[in-house]
Amino acid sequence: MLFRIKRFDGEKEYWSEYEVEVKKGMTVLDALFYIRENLDGSLAFRVSCRMGVCGSCAMKINNKPRLACETQVRDLKSDVIVIEPLDNYNVIKDLIVDFDGFFKKHAKVKPYLIRKVENYEKPAELIQTPKQLDEYYQFALCIKCGACYSVCPASATRKDYLGPAAFASAYRFIKDSRDEGKEERIPEVACDGGVWRCHFAAECSEVCPKNVDPAKAVQKLRWEAVKHSIRSLLRW
Amino acid sequence: MRVQHDIVIVGAGLAGLRAAIAAAEKNKNLSIAIISKTYPIRCHSVCAEGGTAAVLREDEGDSFDLHAWDTVKGSDFLADQDAVEFFVREIPREILLLDNWGCPWSRREDGKIAQRAFGGQSFDRTVFAKDRTGLHEVHTLYERTLMYPNIVRYDEYFLTNLIIEDNEIRGVTAIELKTGDLILFEAKAVILATGGAGRLYGFTTYSHQVTGDGMAIAYRCGIPLKDMEFFQFHPTGLVPSGILISEAARGEGGYLRNKYGERFMEKYAPERMELAPRDVVARAMWKEIIEGRGFESEHGAYIALDLTHLGEEKIEERLPLIREAAKKFVGIDPVEEPLPVRPVAHYTMGGIHTNMWTETPVKGLFAAGEVACVSIHGANRLGSNSTAECLVFGRVAGERAAEYAMRKDFKHVGNEAYKEEEKRIYDEFLGRSGNESPYQIKKELNEVMDKYFWIFRTGDEMKEGIKKIKELKERYKNVEIVDKKRRFNTDLIYAFEVGFMLDLAEVVAVAAYARTESRGAHYRLDYPKRDDENWLKHSLAYYTPQGPKLEYIPVKITKWKPVERKY
Repeated sequence: MLFRIKRFDGEKEYWSEYEVEVKKGMTVLDALFYIRENLDGSLAFRVSCRMGVCGSCAMKINNKPRLACETQVRDLKSDVIVIEPLDNYNVIKDLIVDFDGFFKKHAKVKPYLIRKVENYEKPAELIQTPKQLDEYYQFALCIKCGACYSVCPASATRKDYLGPAAFASAYRFIKDSRDEGKEERIPEVACDGGVWRCHFAAECSEVCPKNVDPAKAVQKLRWEAVKHSIRSLLRW
Repeated sequence: MRVQHDIVIVGAGLAGLRAAIAAAEKNKNLSIAIISKTYPIRCHSVCAEGGTAAVLREDEGDSFDLHAWDTVKGSDFLADQDAVEFFVREIPREILLLDNWGCPWSRREDGKIAQRAFGGQSFDRTVFAKDRTGLHEVHTLYERTLMYPNIVRYDEYFLTNLIIEDNEIRGVTAIELKTGDLILFEAKAVILATGGAGRLYGFTTYSHQVTGDGMAIAYRCGIPLKDMEFFQFHPTGLVPSGILISEAARGEGGYLRNKYGERFMEKYAPERMELAPRDVVARAMWKEIIEGRGFESEHGAYIALDLTHLGEEKIEERLPLIREAAKKFVGIDPVEEPLPVRPVAHYTMGGIHTNMWTETPVKGLFAAGEVACVSIHGANRLGSNSTAECLVFGRVAGERAAEYAMRKDFKHVGNEAYKEEEKRIYDEFLGRSGNESPYQIKKELNEVMDKYFWIFRTGDEMKEGIKKIKELKERYKNVEIVDKKRRFNTDLIYAFEVGFMLDLAEVVAVAAYARTESRGAHYRLDYPKRDDENWLKHSLAYYTPQGPKLEYIPVKITKWKPVERKY
């Protein structure tokens, strides 16, 4: 089967084509390894766990962002496999894009549990029922593969837009019964590059390999932001 | 380029992240750098599935002594008992800290942290977050590090060397992958937390990135590696990819069956059955396979892991990741059908020689997590003690490194060290020509390890294996890196990693050949019995240009005298 791969060496963009014999069970990642090991050692791509947990190998495969490790070549039902780096990121080399900005945006929403009182030496067990856990668990499944960001129209047009993954993370902590940081976090997501910029294309949820549904998180965060504004006004 | 930090931590998995937090908690003014070759949440720790062992419920019958005894017995009495006693007392606090930092622990109906059964543990003490424990622990720690302004990250930097003068650490060198520039990190203290060496083997649960970098670099710098002959084979690697199917599958009640449908573990471990320690179960499975009672397939023989009697609700609640993985990678839903599994290389019991305070023989250099050998796992680690180890000893390393850095001044590293390293990497390694491919050498190395240093070992076969590893090392000298550009050169990195693995494979091989007994995961058909009289001791492998030189040190025994191990 023919693999067409978009390349970039730091100066120029070009396409490389490779012929790979596809066997049953072969993933796109297996094919990339085959190419690198046998046909072209210079092909650069990221890889780590190869089991859909680490988020390293998101790339555009036949026009849709997917995890290469989880994508069976035969399931693509195509004669040609076209592989490109994710959109909306700067390409460093071949299929490797720059994630620094993505992680900085994630950090901006205070994606950590905030407790008013902490005891590092003698922490207490916090109580959380299975039902309370279910309230946010789905949003804790984000592996930061960046697929959502690559299809997000708001992320494409605004450099300061925080993006779907960051919002999913913010919502995950807001809905965690152990968290006491909602009031600090909401202004971060309701800022200029925040939830109000979302176009509601919902492409993010469509491509998420872990079914996190960031579009839902954005919608819920908007409502949280409204409630927050009302609370602030009343206090004021 | 040159940068300076009080503490440099190499590796951003569970141990490295935990160390960073511990150091930052110790002193808000210390400058702490985390260097890692992947972004932090791309580390192999995210692949840990089943859980983390901790004594949380003494009121319900668990105790520190029980956890320590399970660990010591599991280790086939090679663990250092003082370290184990310390370890079991420290881990509960780590679980609670993670709770306070947001880890989505699975819960009991009363809202308390839930625990499940695991192999070789005589109480249900494995704390878990469904079967994605490592993923959630790593994300929680990573997110927590964002709260400390004195933790700085260098993501996608590849460690190339340690700088040691007068037996004291001065810093490290690393390649910034994005640009290909070599960076000199000056540091008062360095913590290695770079993980195990599992990609030595071909059939393995490990992420592609786990190539033993820190271990190999430390070894080349003269620091001994301890107990490297002990490699864990996890009973249930998914066939053919080797993807981990968590021990939790058996902890939740799964059965192992041979092709006659028999739960064969009743022959090997009548009391604990499928929940005997991993060395016992892996050997039993391998014996079933060798004796023709495995299922045949185009990908070799396998054993059936049967979860069908657990029901969809339980599988979805407790084991969603393995269900998803099985569906995606082999097209089997474990609710409906048994999974094809086979023992798989999973954990490096050995590692950089440290004491129980994570100190290596080099002043200011610490090691924690799988890269290190304290040793609390001895000859066989119990499931759910590895994430626990990363948390406990990551913390210890962070605190010790902070204390060390607080009483030290920076010592200037001369430019020569940097220039020499740059020349070594770019002129001598990247720049040279040759006719060997690193990918081909790696492939052959995997074949050698899978064949000669697998679950059942013999002296003759290992001797042959050592010869082959030495041949591969010779051929490696003639390796050529195709990609000559510096920018994100994965070809160069791979070639480095293969070099690391060749050195480590030789250590595993030579130490295994020397140990003429069977203990824990090291099982020899020609020496099938444990031999406490001669071999109740740790091996230490020192680098020499001709190959590893072995020495031995005694095991620390406090409460528990070695007895026969039955399950």
